Amino acid sequence: MVIYGVGLLAFCTIVGLFVGDLLGVAIGVQANVGGVGFAMLLVIVGSNWLQRRRGIAQPTVQGVAFWNAIYIPIVVAMAAQQNVLAALSGGLAAMTAGVLAVFACAALIPAIDRLSRKDPAAARAAEPVS
Amino acid sequence: MIRTLLDVVQRNGLLAGFGIIAAIVWVAYLISNRLTRGRVHGSAIAIFIGLVLAWAGGVATGGERGLADVPAFAGIALLGGAMLRDFAIIATSFGVEAAEMKKAGVSGAVSLLVGVIGAFIVGAVVAWSFGYRDAISVTTIGAGAATFIVGPVTGAAIGASSDLIALSIAAGLVKSILVMIGTPFAARMIGLDNPQTAMVYGGLMGTTSGVAGGLAATDPALVPYGAMTATFYTGLGCLLCPSVLFLAVRALVG
Repeated sequence: MVIYGVGLLAFCTIVGLFVGDLLGVAIGVQANVGGVGFAMLLVIVGSNWLQRRRGIAQPTVQGVAFWNAIYIPIVVAMAAQQNVLAALSGGLAAMTAGVLAVFACAALIPAIDRLSRKDPAAARAAEPVS
Repeated sequence: MIRTLLDVVQRNGLLAGFGIIAAIVWVAYLISNRLTRGRVHGSAIAIFIGLVLAWAGGVATGGERGLADVPAFAGIALLGGAMLRDFAIIATSFGVEAAEMKKAGVSGAVSLLVGVIGAFIVGAVVAWSFGYRDAISVTTIGAGAATFIVGPVTGAAIGASSDLIALSIAAGLVKSILVMIGTPFAARMIGLDNPQTAMVYGGLMGTTSGVAGGLAATDPALVPYGAMTATFYTGLGCLLCPSVLFLAVRALVG
């Protein structure tokens, strides 16, 4: 049933956000701390557990696949309701932050790549399957 | 008649939102395919159009919610609101195999941590040097330098204002577009020609649309490897930025 997939997702989302809220109260910030991340972990662990146990029926997967596919459009809708006018006053900051983040991280690629090549197991695992 | 039409559109706001966004995405992919030959991913163009329309909405209405302040487009607020946004982002983690997480190995894990924290520090330092001094602003912009998802999720979690969230989306968008366009040119320089490096690259860059678009333009065979680590980036960012990193910033700037 398609609703099983949607329901599983909704359950994980609410539990994750609940944990995030509890954590926020615990550390004294009036905020949801990492709720989305917890929910994602829950979905990964949950879907793997179900898969191992008896497989996940195709309609159930479809219930999740729709929301997975609709994620970029929702981000577009999110972008369309932001206070861009106000953000433009700080546009140079956004531009600088984005550009510098790319260059800083790109510069680190060869170093981290080399770091892991000393580990032959990881290098083998990274070989293409076919 | 026009009045009746507007009335129906307003009563069915969420559906109107789906229609409007579908039109935006359609135009974006048309631009992507025709004008950039697929080099700039359609999703990045769609988000850019969304931001431009938000700007236009702000100019037209003087409000703070972009296009959603135009009554006929109010449904966009529901579609792009926190509830559906979190729900859809969480859906992307479904089907990620725990075994594949291990396959990415040490390099994948290290690149993810360095990628999120590195981008955050760069963004936070830039925010600081542009005169943002409070922990919420610095954290939100720092998170935006991770991805355009981590920024708003973090901002919403720690109570940032809408203009800050827009700023963090803009930072993430600049990053995504730059990764998309720049990857084919930088590939040779950074040795991006094998699955292992593609995974490290995905973990460091993190922006899923940027990584997928950039790798597709470099070597389509590498896309799944880069996308796999990049998928974890947003989750890790959403986990770290509003929690550990926010607390760290608050401890530093008070």
